[in-house]
Amino acid sequence: MRLAAVNRAALALGLAPGLSLADARAREPMLGIADDDAGADARLLERIADGCDRYTPMVALDPPDGLILDISGCAHLFGGEAALQDDLVGRLGRLGMTVRSALADTPDAAHALARYDKSFQPSPEGEALMHLPVEALELDGEETTALRRAGLKRLADLEARPSQVLAARFGEAAGDKLRRIAGGRDVRITARRPQPALMLERRFAEPIGRTEAALAAIGELAAQAARRMEKAHQGGRRFEAQLFRTDGLVRALRIETGLPVRDVAVVMRLFDERLAALSDPVDPGFGFDLVRLSVPAFEALAPLQLPLEGGAVAEGELAQLLDRLSTRLGRNRVRRLAPQDSHIPEQAAFAFPAIEPAPPGQWPEAEAGEPPLRPTHIFDPPQLIDVLAGVPDGPPQRFRWRRELHEVTLAEGPERIGALWWRRADNAGLSRDYYRVEDRKGRRFWLFRLGLYGREAKAPAWYIHGLFA
Amino acid sequence: MNESPDIMAVLRARVSAIEGPTPTGAALFALGGAMLDAQLGGGLPKGRLHELFAGEEDDRAAMAGAALMLALQAAGGRAGAGPVLWLRQDGGVRSAGALYGPGLVELGFDPARLIEVVAPDEAALLRAAGDAVRCPQLGALLVEPWKAARGLDLTASRRLAVAAEKSGVTVLILRAGAKPGPSAAYSRWRVRSLGSAPLEAGAPGHPAIEMELLRHRGGLEGLHAWLEWNRDEHVFRHLFREAPLSGAGLPLPAGGPAGAGDPGGSATDRLSA
Repeated sequence: MRLAAVNRAALALGLAPGLSLADARAREPMLGIADDDAGADARLLERIADGCDRYTPMVALDPPDGLILDISGCAHLFGGEAALQDDLVGRLGRLGMTVRSALADTPDAAHALARYDKSFQPSPEGEALMHLPVEALELDGEETTALRRAGLKRLADLEARPSQVLAARFGEAAGDKLRRIAGGRDVRITARRPQPALMLERRFAEPIGRTEAALAAIGELAAQAARRMEKAHQGGRRFEAQLFRTDGLVRALRIETGLPVRDVAVVMRLFDERLAALSDPVDPGFGFDLVRLSVPAFEALAPLQLPLEGGAVAEGELAQLLDRLSTRLGRNRVRRLAPQDSHIPEQAAFAFPAIEPAPPGQWPEAEAGEPPLRPTHIFDPPQLIDVLAGVPDGPPQRFRWRRELHEVTLAEGPERIGALWWRRADNAGLSRDYYRVEDRKGRRFWLFRLGLYGREAKAPAWYIHGLFA
Repeated sequence: MNESPDIMAVLRARVSAIEGPTPTGAALFALGGAMLDAQLGGGLPKGRLHELFAGEEDDRAAMAGAALMLALQAAGGRAGAGPVLWLRQDGGVRSAGALYGPGLVELGFDPARLIEVVAPDEAALLRAAGDAVRCPQLGALLVEPWKAARGLDLTASRRLAVAAEKSGVTVLILRAGAKPGPSAAYSRWRVRSLGSAPLEAGAPGHPAIEMELLRHRGGLEGLHAWLEWNRDEHVFRHLFREAPLSGAGLPLPAGGPAGAGDPGGSATDRLSA
């Protein structure tokens, strides 16, 4: 085992990443260690990125340990670029983090400055870049060594030479990276979230300590949003409220509706439902100092026409009910059924969230005069039962299900349903023989035998797959 | 002693005030069985609570089927576009199986009209029921608690009943695992599966159920019907294989003559009135 990372105190003792744990312990028996957990690191980075949403909506991850913020057009809100940088470093510093930050014209330049600028002296950006070591190009170890052997130690040395020569000797990547760092070639960052169609926020001079108060502020933002959307004849199907805590933690509440809405009362009611349904309640900590409401996308929604004779519009009540239930219970618990083109019974229908538009499809017609051939309730997966039946393909005579013995009086079958053999390399798969049976007490069941006796299975197992009314 | 009729009248008035408007004001929906509807005086009122109990635990599927058939009639038959919301619970879905679209089609019920809500526990189920019953766009609301559902007591059912009267949504409560207790339901049925009339080659026939009226606000307790569901016509056919004709002996309600609620299904009725 080796050290993956060390803190400042360990560095002062002469320990460094890459040292084996045994050696490190030999040097410093009291060394405190923790397992390296890349997943936890990534989650922490995500959380910090969430917190940095307060500065700009354009935040990109720079794994494993960096963040890139595009602060174009945002800096004035914090009193300038330097003030924004100070605020960010100070905020993270209060959480016990060591931050190296840099401001630059392009993301790659900022990346290089933050990581390889050893001087820590404030200097004009261009000059600082020229003083960076060639390691800042982040080329392969071999190429970096080759550059150093050639006497090219700083970016300034490379910049002075024609780029063709550089590309011929050290590859296209070196020249490209150099232009991105020092040549002002601007590569856009990909923000973690797509830009919402509408985003409103409110900052508080003093943090507010109650979630209800924060939600009330969200309500005011929702009213603003509703006015803006009404003017544009637009509505939203998804809304997101973000509550920024002073200590950098962000809680997001998301709601979704089946039809576009903009009515404040409807939106806020769903947020209340969402808040009440959270498994871990929102903890205000030392208070929220920023709340934000965003609408990811607009959808057309005509202005509402109230009926002349007075009274409310009743049409949307079902949609509102489904929205409310979906928000409270989860979208997968409120569902509709849709047909699917498959002869495998359990795949012939599927459930989809009721707030989503219905997928196309036609239910098969029932054949007139026939009794129901498919059960109303189905077990997924089918349940194993003990069956007494004639071999090779006689109908069941009696079976035991849930410790109860059922005497079969009427039976119809088999309805043979083949497996999806064409999906398999060996063209195999067990056929199922389905029987509709009725027991002495009049209960109707749907049973099947898995595998054909003697051909596909030695002693085929029986399953119960559904119940008829 | 002279005062006793007055006292009775006052008490009756008070009871009826507590019970709310008389059911005669509510629209009725025909169950689809000619004789049964005649005995019920045209059918069951919409916008009320109706409870269904299963004869035994295993009659759950028959009870669910009966509930679907009643919901179909309450929601306006085949033509009616009123969606049906079925509230279930995790335990119920696990033990009784998930609703299967093609099977609903086979009962004559368009699955596109069904919204299935699965609540994680009883409290969530009752809360969702309280919300859903206030939505007048629903054709019918099916509430299927899992096990005894102690939360669904007289108070809770009364609350549902009041909301249902206001919105006009017919509520069917499916109580397979429970014993009949006090409730504000208008009617209470016990459903059992019934051996079907076999088709050729000993095949199980059309769905057959036995329905017994345990309680009725109109005082029609004790009605008994052996019914077979006809999916194509959306009517029940009366079966008389198991001789006890207790239902036939009951007096017809004073509200209307025999056959008042007959939905034109007499052709399928075996019994000649």
